[in-house]
Amino acid sequence: MDIDSIKKEFPIFDNKVQNNDLVYLDSANSSQKPRVVIDRIYDFYSKEFSNVGRSVHYLAVAATNLYENTRTSVQRYINAKDKNEIVFTKGATEAINLVANTFGQKYLEEGDEVLLTELEHHSNYVPWHFLRNSKKIKIEFAEINDAGEITIEAIKNKITSKTKIISVTHLSNVTGAILPIKEIVELAHSKNIPVLVDGCQGAPHLKLDMQELDCDFYAISGHKMYGPTGIGVLYAKKKWLDDLPPYQGGGGMINEVKKTGISYGELPNKYEAGTMATAQVIAFNESIKFMEKVGIENIEKHEKELLDYGLDILGKNNSIKIVGNPKNKGGVISFTIEGVHPHDIATILDEDGVAIRAGHHCCQILHEKLKLPATARASFGIYNTKDDIDQLNQSIENCKKIFNI
Amino acid sequence: MDLKELYQEIILDHGKNPRNLRKTENFNKDAKGHNPLCGDNVHIYLKLNENKKVEDISFEGHGCAISMASASIMTDLVKGKEEAQVKEIVNDFLDMIKEKEELQNKILNEDEKTKLMCLSGVKQYPMRVKCATLSWHTLTSAIDDFQKTVNTES
Repeated sequence: MDIDSIKKEFPIFDNKVQNNDLVYLDSANSSQKPRVVIDRIYDFYSKEFSNVGRSVHYLAVAATNLYENTRTSVQRYINAKDKNEIVFTKGATEAINLVANTFGQKYLEEGDEVLLTELEHHSNYVPWHFLRNSKKIKIEFAEINDAGEITIEAIKNKITSKTKIISVTHLSNVTGAILPIKEIVELAHSKNIPVLVDGCQGAPHLKLDMQELDCDFYAISGHKMYGPTGIGVLYAKKKWLDDLPPYQGGGGMINEVKKTGISYGELPNKYEAGTMATAQVIAFNESIKFMEKVGIENIEKHEKELLDYGLDILGKNNSIKIVGNPKNKGGVISFTIEGVHPHDIATILDEDGVAIRAGHHCCQILHEKLKLPATARASFGIYNTKDDIDQLNQSIENCKKIFNI
Repeated sequence: MDLKELYQEIILDHGKNPRNLRKTENFNKDAKGHNPLCGDNVHIYLKLNENKKVEDISFEGHGCAISMASASIMTDLVKGKEEAQVKEIVNDFLDMIKEKEELQNKILNEDEKTKLMCLSGVKQYPMRVKCATLSWHTLTSAIDDFQKTVNTES
């Protein structure tokens, strides 16, 4: 695969950052955008803009078709059974909030348990926390092992007769652990427990097949998939979308509105109230086509090579401690350097044009468990090369020099 | 000042060997500060004498080089000052970090002001300003006897 020519499709790399070439190692936070995505937003607003799903004029019909084309692309990309199982949201956060809210309303009672893991991003904890107050539910956390993974046993240990839903990440944004989702779903379903998967880190990096995974809900973030911000996807099995109440009320999601009562629209309109992020949804189609063109298998292979190379190079550096050592790991390397706070590392690396993230990465539960106030994190995307990792390592050496390590 | 100068001057001196990193015996005022974004913690101990002069000030805690250096320089500079002067220095420093180009107070001498101005380099990194100001807000909290932990995010 020709990474150099793929990288050329991302205009951000044409510009210098503080007089340096950009070494972008923060894709787990948000990925950069290929030209086709950026151009699509411009073209849509310049030549094709109209609101969707309402008016019958030419532009409205064309825009509606474009909007629905993205739904078809997402369905194809994740191999969902039905197009109407794809609901657009403003992000994965809203997708999880949608499920927590509607499932919580209908199925959770005082004393019921929601099972999460210690790896969860705040966006897969806080929405459930709301139900602690409103419904007096309990939240349990499956525990990580020393490698920073969640095993099927860790899940099994926390399932009780009170467990009503399991909500887990597909790929940890800190340790990089890939969870055994299929086994978790099989186990949960044998006990009639539905499973939500936070796919923020899964969807951009792993081949997805909803029918094979068989999970009940899967949350996707568009901006981590080389797509625009403000767009996410909730995949949900049709039986759940038919069964659960609507999330937000407004235009577009209704069937008939009378003074005495309201009936709701059919899927997927039922969950898409108000004017949606139309341009972003339409441009998101280009992100999916871009990923299909590169090929998810190639993306996986490339990022695995980068990961192995990065673990090797940074592993040889004695002052670096890598956080977690999962057997099945995605393109994320979190690390600490004895004697240098991660925020100092990130600020100093930034001077060389090396963009990493430092902090708790929205995973305070995990950092508390690891007894680390913060970590530094390098994460990979399709545009990264081994040179980027060499530059990372060199900048870390420079940082150590500044700190006399 | 470029970033490397900022780091070299502050870190290699105060950041790595913070002054007054201990607990004052017989302190009569104290306060805690916390920055949840980086996990930085600071606990300031203050001993004011009967004339409301800072007889001793110290701190405990952990954090990035900027927050440690800032606490170190701060404790050095306010020692021996009167309470009203301390407040003036704190407010002056916070104004400088936020917007003003120079320190305005007439309490500190030029050498002391130069030390503080080393920290002005964080202005260009908005995410790092909180690292530099945590101990200063916590000192205000100690003087004013606020009972609540200072939190940079609330």
